[in-house]
This record gives sequence, structure tokens and C-alpha cells, in this order.
Amino acid sequence: MPSTQLNVNHTLHTVSADPDTPLLWVLRDILNMKGTKYGCGIGFCGACTVLIDGQPVRSCQTPLRDVGSQSVTTIEGLSKDGTHPLQIAWQQVDVAQCGYCQAGQIMTASALLAANPHPSDAEIDDHMSYNICRCGTYTRIRQAIHQAAQLNHKS
Amino acid sequence: MSLNRRTFLQMTALLSGGLALKLYDLPATAEPPRPGSANLSPRAFIQISTGGAITIMAKNPEIGQGVKTMLPMLIAEEMDADWKTVQIQQATLDEALFGAQFAGGSMSTPLNWDPLRRVGAACRQMLIHVAAKRWNVPESSCTTTPNRVLHAASSRSFTYAELATEAATLTPPALDSVPLKDPKDYRIIGHSHTGVDNPGITTGKPIYGIDVEVPGMLSAVIAKCPVFGGKVRSFNQAEIQSLPGIRHVLLIAGSLSNDPVVSSNPGMEPGVAILADTWWQAQSARSRLKVEWDLGPGATQSSANFATRAAELFDAPPANTIRTSGDVDTALTKAASVVQANYAYPFLTHATLEPQDTTASYKDGALEIWTTSQAPGNGRQMVARELNLPAEKITIHMTRTGGGFGRRLMNEYMVEAAYLTRQVGVPVKVLWSREDDFGHDGYRPGGFHSFKAGLDANGKLIAWRQHMVTYGVGSRYAGSAGVSPDEFPSGHVDNYGLYTTAMPLWLRCGPLRAPGSNALAFVGQSFLDEVATATRRDPLEFQLELIGTADDHSRRLHDVLALVGERSGWAKRTHSPGKGMGIACYACHLGYFAEVAEVTVLDGNLIKVDRVWVVGDIGSQIINPAAAENMVQGSIVDGISQMALEITLDAGSVQQTNFNHYPLLRMNQTPIIDSYFLKTANPPTGLGEPALPPVIPAVTNAVFAATGKRIRTLPLQRSGFRLV
Repeated sequence: MPSTQLNVNHTLHTVSADPDTPLLWVLRDILNMKGTKYGCGIGFCGACTVLIDGQPVRSCQTPLRDVGSQSVTTIEGLSKDGTHPLQIAWQQVDVAQCGYCQAGQIMTASALLAANPHPSDAEIDDHMSYNICRCGTYTRIRQAIHQAAQLNHKS
Repeated sequence: MSLNRRTFLQMTALLSGGLALKLYDLPATAEPPRPGSANLSPRAFIQISTGGAITIMAKNPEIGQGVKTMLPMLIAEEMDADWKTVQIQQATLDEALFGAQFAGGSMSTPLNWDPLRRVGAACRQMLIHVAAKRWNVPESSCTTTPNRVLHAASSRSFTYAELATEAATLTPPALDSVPLKDPKDYRIIGHSHTGVDNPGITTGKPIYGIDVEVPGMLSAVIAKCPVFGGKVRSFNQAEIQSLPGIRHVLLIAGSLSNDPVVSSNPGMEPGVAILADTWWQAQSARSRLKVEWDLGPGATQSSANFATRAAELFDAPPANTIRTSGDVDTALTKAASVVQANYAYPFLTHATLEPQDTTASYKDGALEIWTTSQAPGNGRQMVARELNLPAEKITIHMTRTGGGFGRRLMNEYMVEAAYLTRQVGVPVKVLWSREDDFGHDGYRPGGFHSFKAGLDANGKLIAWRQHMVTYGVGSRYAGSAGVSPDEFPSGHVDNYGLYTTAMPLWLRCGPLRAPGSNALAFVGQSFLDEVATATRRDPLEFQLELIGTADDHSRRLHDVLALVGERSGWAKRTHSPGKGMGIACYACHLGYFAEVAEVTVLDGNLIKVDRVWVVGDIGSQIINPAAAENMVQGSIVDGISQMALEITLDAGSVQQTNFNHYPLLRMNQTPIIDSYFLKTANPPTGLGEPALPPVIPAVTNAVFAATGKRIRTLPLQRSGFRLV
């Protein structure tokens, strides 16, 4: 099995896997980072969203060979201790029902706030409508993004 | 309210349209669980360490409905624990210890409201007993504040931690004897508390079934026939076996029952299991798998044929009479006017975002299972039967679950993992792909309804005839495909007839959130709106009059309907082209909900649901208000989502394979949702299901108000509409 260097959450890992393996399954089953979730395997639901060089991507559609030396950020690496404003806001607003999609939602939202610190409802809807929440927590996701923007502003 | 298991079965059968029994269609165990409050012990649920930490067990599966937080709140309230110091631990499956442990029928609240509060109160009593003895004062002179027993007269106190060791040696008092708090003194119940797993969810902790890792474990996929129950004739075993990472390639003969009425738990489907070091290796190997299938009896079925056959059956006498009163056919011939319409709705799939999975480890005659099941007790029975193992040799751990919606009341993925680990002798995680999940669900059954309503010269509803063409054989129905004799408006119309005719179906069906009700509310409440419109009556007034207030059940439905009218400004609604409001109500799963939808219909029949008002009556107390609001919002989104979805069969195969064929509602389609609970002097009941059914007819009725066009067939596309 070929081995590949992978930069995840600012740590270099050596991974032995077929280069066609989707990043999702490298993260989950080789690096044992279970926060990134499998939902559809066709890039349609967003549960597997991670950041690559700051941009949200579908890790189920990203083969290991395409990652190269780019920097991968997963939900485990969004903050050192779970205190990213989005993580705090998500907990305070009590967004989750089943919670399975929420890592992907938070990663998608983090890219939005990085580019647009105070998005409007319409901008949030535009950016977030590629992520499915089967439980239908969209109202609270929107609210939590606004709250995180406020927390960001204060800090 | 205390409910034993049998009462629960009867109640849910009644309230969800005779359907919930289908969830429990396995043979009863020799020793049924005893959920009655008298048998529960505080010892099972509460640990207080001498260091002050309080741990409370969460007894039921957490599928996103919030019970891992809510049920421990009941205990913490009555024991007077400080919620901030409480740790929650998920219980394993032990129904002798914890009572019934399942997530279904919106029954966690009604079955546990009384017993779990008593568990907490008994614990408090034991702590008071120890403190009073130490102070040599009467127990009645002691009180509690969070985590502390007080003796106010002497200004003395003990922390619970100081009392815990001695209290643990006492025999707990009889639960029926312990006093409960006056609700006005609640510190926890009725106050919003965030989900106990929120920190884990937001930081990516491995808390779901899919995340389970057991040393030495293999990952498995199972390829099944595209037609339900089809058998493997041959497959390229040697080629698959040689692929990277593949450890085993096994034929599963399956154990499907031959019963022509397919149960929601019919046994294991046949297939080919591929076990590899990692799941992706197994899944990649599957793309090279070539199976020759014996498609079996389902291969000629199609949704189009079922629709054609249903139309023919509407013209024939119905096969089954569910309920009659008066003489409906004569009344229809004598009526001053008759309204007639046919309705249809499709099969649906659950599409839990976490696909089905279970991890199992068989060693030395014992089996350990980590599962996402909503009904792990039933799952244990199925595994015991399939593997011919004594149930007590099977340990079941409940993980957090990425969505339930009724899907995981069915347990075949648990049986598959158990079967495979015993076959190969090492731990196995079975994980279905999304395509497996779409193709092999226990689907919400589709259905067809032919209605006739008769009105007298004054516009009063005097006759209601409803013929449901559904799936099954004779008077036996596919899972969740029946209808209850109490289906509204039975009992409210003098001449009434409710009939069914079943079409044979070789496909597994089962409960989808608010089973039965999610479809029956659409057809019944839409047709009632047609009837009101035909008499030129306001739909709200017409239905309030029909429901009446003759009994408690009617009054509760009447009152939520009246209130949602007030809150939505129904009487003052304006009429402008392309905009409309619709109203509907429904009672199921012990809850009463009325909803108003406001829509804009754009050129091209594009529906935008702008706003939904919800009023619900689920009793005297909303235990965790913010979580309850979330559940209502989710129910509304789920209901609207269903309107655009369908599962169709062609040549026996499900045609939809993934979310690209199944457009769940997105954030930019979500309406503003106004939710309100009407508190009534009734015991608290559950909220996983009853808020969903009314929103569908509320939207279709709103579309009629906006456009004059009736939506009688779902999904919307089949009536020429789309959601935007």
C-alpha cells in the first residue's frame, strides 16, 4: 500500500492507503478521527464537510491523492478546546437534535464567517443550503451563526 | 397516569391508527419487561459519589428527540439535584432494571413522567432519612435545596455527598408512597436545558453507532437484491476475495418469512457480505461484485400498476369494513349535495442521516452489541432467535443515533452484525451505504383514498364515506398500512363508512414518524377543507362545529384549533392573488395539534411556504421548553419536506438511490415557525410525532386558497407543483 503524507489539523500524518480512497474514510478509519460523518457518499448532504486550505469541501468526493500538501481542518481541529465561537454558539442555542449533520454544518459555517464576519439571513441561507439537516434544525443553525458572529465581534 | 405495557400497546394502537402494534409484531418474551413504577429502584438510576458527583442514567435510546437530557431531568428535579453537577450516562439494555427501553410512539414521556419522578423522589427521601437520623429530628422537619438536606430549625445541613454512602445501604421506599413536588416548586422541569451531548457533537467526539471501534474489528457491507427478498444464484466470490483488504466474502441465505404479508421485521434478507479491514475497501470491492439474482415474486411490481389497480378497486365493493354508523350509502343518495374526490400518496423512505449500522462481537458463546436501534429489546429477541442464543447471553449497548424517525424500530442491521461476527469469529461492524438504505428500507406505505361526503340543504355534513386502498392480503395489512376505526371524523358524522381494500405487496413497510397519521391527516383534512369550501363555510368554523366539545378528546382538539385560528389571525386574513392560508388539525400519539400555513404560489406553480403557526396540547407541562420548540420546528420542516418526496417501484426495484433523487428541505426553504403550547390539566405526553401530520394538509389547503387548485396527489410534482 503506498504511503502518503497528510496534513490534518496542523499535524503531519503518514497514511498507508490506496490513493483513490476518499479523504472521509482516511480520516475516519485510518486516522480514527470520527467527527467527520458519512451521509450520502455523493457530495450531496454535506455531513462530511471539512476545510482544505480554508475552503469547505466534501471529503467523500476528495480522493486522498488530490489532497497533497494542502492543510485539512476537521471538526476536531476547529479549535484546540472546543471554544470556537461556532462551537459555543451551537451549544448555547441548542441547535442539535440527532446532531449527526452538525459537524458538517459547523465546518461550512466556519468558512462563511471567515469570509463574511456578519452575514445576513439571506447570505447564511445561500451559503448553508447545500447542507442537509434531516431533523430540520435550520432555524437554529441560522440563529447560532448570528450568535457566533456576535461572539467573534466581542472577542 | 400509569401505563402498563399492554395498555400502552392498546393506546398507541388506537391513537396511531392501529399501526403501532406492527412495531411489536414479534412473539412476546417469556418474561415481559415491567415498566410499572413499582419495580424501579433509585439504585439503578442514580449514583452519588462521596466527592459530590451525581450520575443519572439515561434509560432510552437517544435518536435526536432529546430523551437523554429530558428523562434524567425528571429524576434530578424530584431528588433536588443541582443540574449543573449532574453527569448523564447512557444505560445499557436491561429492561428488568430500567423498565421498557425504546424510542417509539412518542411514548418516552407518558411512560416515564410518573415513574422517573418517583425514582428521584425516593432517592431524596432516602437522603433525608439519613440526615434526620444523624440529627435525631423528624424527617418531616427536613427539606432540601439542590444537592443538600437542610434542617432549617437548627440551621444545619448535609451535602448529598456526605449522606450518600449511608443512604445507599437503605431499602428504597415504595415508589407509590413517595410525595412529589408541587409543579410551582420545579427548578429543572419547565426550564430549558441544553442537550447533554452538545459538547461531544460540536467537537466531533465518537458518540454515534458509526463511530464504534472494537479491537480486531472488520467492516462489512452487504449487497442485496434490488428486488426485495431476491436470492443469490451465483456470484464471483474468488475475484472479490482477492481484492485488497478483503478478509471474507460470504453468502447470506437469509431467513425471510414466506408470509405473503411482509412484516416490518421479516427476518434477514439474502445477500453477499463483504468483510474487509476498512469499510472503504469492502465498499470498493462491492463495485466489482457480480451477482446473478433470483429476483423472486416482487419483480413485476410497479408504482404505476398499483395506481391503476387502486383506481379499479375504487369502483368495486370494498373488501373490509372498518367502521360504520347510520346508513352512509342511503344518506349519500338523499343528500342535497355530494362532494367526491380521490387522493393518493407515495411510499417514502426514512433517510436517517446516519445510515443503518451495528457493531457486534461474538466470543465464547456470548454476544456484545453496540447499536443505533430504537427498539433494542426487540432487536435482542430477533438476534436470539436468528442465532439460537439465549437472550441473556446478549449484551446491548445503545449509542447515540443519527436520526430514527421509526426506521430503527426495525432491527435487521443488528441481526446482520450478530450473524456475521458469529460466522467469522471476530468483531464486525455492519455499515449500510446510503444506496443500501434507500433500497432496503421498511417504507412508509403509499395509499389511495376515495371520498364521498353528503351535505343536507343547510350545508351540514350528514354522510362521510372513505374507501382506502392499501397494501396487504385480505384484512391483514403491510406494516403501518392499516387505519383505525377512530380515524377522524368517525363518531362525528351520523352516517359514516370507513372501508379498506388491500393489494398484495412484496416489499417491507414500516413506521415512519407519526405512522399512518402522516398520510391520513393529509387526505382527511384536505378533503374536509373541500367539503367546507363546497358549503361556502369557513374551514375553521366548519371543523370546530364538526369536532364539538362533547368529550375530553374532542375538546382538546377543538381548543387547539380555535387557538391557532386566533394566533394566526385567521379570521382577518386577507385575500390576494398567489397568497393563501390553510388550516388543519390532527390528534395522534396522545397529542393534539392544529396548524396554519401561509404560502405564496409563484408563476409556474412554485410553492413557497412563508410561515407556519403551530398550537399543540401535550398536557400540563412542557418538560424542556427549548428542546420542545426545536422538536416542533423539526416536525414542520419534516412534514413539508415529505410533500416533495416519493419512493417509486419499477420492475420491483426502488428507483431512488440517494439524496439527489430525494430532495429533503433545505435552509432556504424553511418557513418562519410560530409554536405555542396550550397547557391543559392532562399528564404530559410525547412530542416526537404529533406536530408533524397537520402541516401537510395546512399547506395543501393554503395552496388551494392561493390558487383555487386542489392538491390531491403527493408528491407535489405529481399535482403539477414544486416547493421552492
